[in-house]
Amino acid sequence: MAAAEAAFELPPPTAEEEQWRYGPINDFEIESYEPSVASPGPIQVPTEGPSGAAALEAASAVVTVADGWVVNIEVSADAAALGLTIQAGLNEPRTGFGEDADRFDRLHEAFAPPTLCISMRDGAELETPVVIRSHHTGQGRACFPHAVVETGEDAGLDVVEYQTSTSGKGFAAPVVQLSAGAASRLRYVVVQELGEGIVQLGRILCNVGSQATATAAMAAFGGSYARVRTDTRLVGRGATGNLIAIYYADQNQVHDFRTYQHHDAPDTQSDLMFKGAADDNAGSIYTGLIHIHPDGRGSNAHQTNRNIKLSDAAWAWSVPNLEIENNEVRCSHASTVSPIDLDQQFYLHSRGVPPAVADRLIVSGFFGEVVDRFPGVGIQDEIRRLVAEKLDRRGANQ
Amino acid sequence: MTELVITDLSVSVGGNEILRGVSLTVRSGEVHALMGPNGSGKSTLSHVLLGKPGYEVTGGSVSLDGVDVLTMPTWERAKAGLFLGMQYPTEVPGVSLLDMLGASFAASGIDASGLSDRLSEEAERIGFGQKFLSRPLNVDLSGGEMKRNETLQLGVLKPKIAILDELDSGLDVDALRLVSRRVEAATEEDGLGVLVITHYNRLLTELHPDRVHVLADGRIVAEGGAEMAEKLEETGYAEYASAKPAATAESRFASGGFDA
Repeated sequence: MAAAEAAFELPPPTAEEEQWRYGPINDFEIESYEPSVASPGPIQVPTEGPSGAAALEAASAVVTVADGWVVNIEVSADAAALGLTIQAGLNEPRTGFGEDADRFDRLHEAFAPPTLCISMRDGAELETPVVIRSHHTGQGRACFPHAVVETGEDAGLDVVEYQTSTSGKGFAAPVVQLSAGAASRLRYVVVQELGEGIVQLGRILCNVGSQATATAAMAAFGGSYARVRTDTRLVGRGATGNLIAIYYADQNQVHDFRTYQHHDAPDTQSDLMFKGAADDNAGSIYTGLIHIHPDGRGSNAHQTNRNIKLSDAAWAWSVPNLEIENNEVRCSHASTVSPIDLDQQFYLHSRGVPPAVADRLIVSGFFGEVVDRFPGVGIQDEIRRLVAEKLDRRGANQ
Repeated sequence: MTELVITDLSVSVGGNEILRGVSLTVRSGEVHALMGPNGSGKSTLSHVLLGKPGYEVTGGSVSLDGVDVLTMPTWERAKAGLFLGMQYPTEVPGVSLLDMLGASFAASGIDASGLSDRLSEEAERIGFGQKFLSRPLNVDLSGGEMKRNETLQLGVLKPKIAILDELDSGLDVDALRLVSRRVEAATEEDGLGVLVITHYNRLLTELHPDRVHVLADGRIVAEGGAEMAEKLEETGYAEYASAKPAATAESRFASGGFDA
């Protein structure tokens, strides 16, 4: 494959580059994986627990993806009648990367299976989400799932993706392109529950049209090294982009988030709220840039990243940045990395709450604010369950 | 009958001695007021009694019904029956009163099924809005609301001995009266013993003390009945700034170190 060969001619990214700084990319060897070049066919995806069975019951559509390949699509008759279209393999728009595409981006272009295309007709809105169950079978495979989600003018659409895997070794480089048409509402949630043998280098590219609101919400719990880079472009006047993330790394996990909030048009709003925890020897990275284009007058941009360190060896980088090329804007950023607050602990202890229970309450409470921002009560419950699972593991080790 | 006995307690923070041999006993049903100027060590005493980190006990003892309190972790002191109403209650985002008290009950093996109703009842008794019960602890509460919140917890947890640090700050006259009534009722109904820490007599006109102790420069320098608080209101603490410690033989012989 010429495209693959061309990709391999590009140098591998290194942690010396700002884009990959602080992370363990130097330890990663793509050569130790085999590309997933054919669909594994229908597979049994876990539907209890990790993939949120309750959420699936009330879905407008369920799409099953195995090792990056769409293996099943079910769309409810009501949703189809309203204007929901889901196809695999048509239009194959792999145009999301600019000239700065790196080796992983080019490998994605070379190996991505037919694109999953989800679109919602102008003026139509569904009451229940489209659910994507994306499963990695491990087996040393490198997978490159590609999805495009579009809302027509004044349409509304919720997409929820559950990423799961076996306990085997694997690599995934998923790319999701979100395109919110004028005055539409597009919400994309991804709940990452990959096994600890999976390295993930994902990208979300989000374009938001005039008066539209797009929300990208990420919950990361699994993977060995799991990274998502999110590029949000507010291209139409009055566009709004919301970025939400919760992440909880333990043992030797690394969670890595890079974000861009590009205000390319006037009167645009963006709000980012990322909260993470790191325990044991785990670590997390957040680096984010708010960029206000010269045309971005009247923009309103906010960025908050807060991290809680649950052990002495755990680590977290938090690096927010602003680049402002127009004076008539309002921007703010806040960033913290700290252990559990001693005064909060003392307060709960002084009311008779034992230390382990107090820490659990404090960590759950710390995440509460961001969990509440996830669209959909079912999703919020699922995320709370996953946080509780992490805390159970923590309690069992203490 | 419960008895909190503080004997010759000395405490340092970062190498500086803050308490220099404090002795004080609080029994069930009694109200003791601890008064004194800023920086005299009142809040330090309250923190040390509950085991807040950052303080070094360099001498003396504290016991609750004969059991050494100083070796217990904070949560076990609470379980044993001590309560601290804090001067500045800490904000705990995302954790509700119900979460916290439920966890406290569970740790003490108390049935928490009626907890929600208990909270409502207690809130009513002290004029604390029901809407505050579901809020995260102390987040976006005014000073007065925080003190009511502390009093409400006192009512629900039913401790044996309560240390109330500046309970009056932030409370208006009506709220002060309601909160004081609630604490006094606990002394009568449940035999609660109270050590109330305050600068001002204002609180003590509502929450009537059996004994008043004056703390200056880390020592108890005067003790008396309720009339002592009234006297302090007129004369202030100036005369105690250079006073000799009045409490015990030990402290009388303690080496100098008074600043004034």
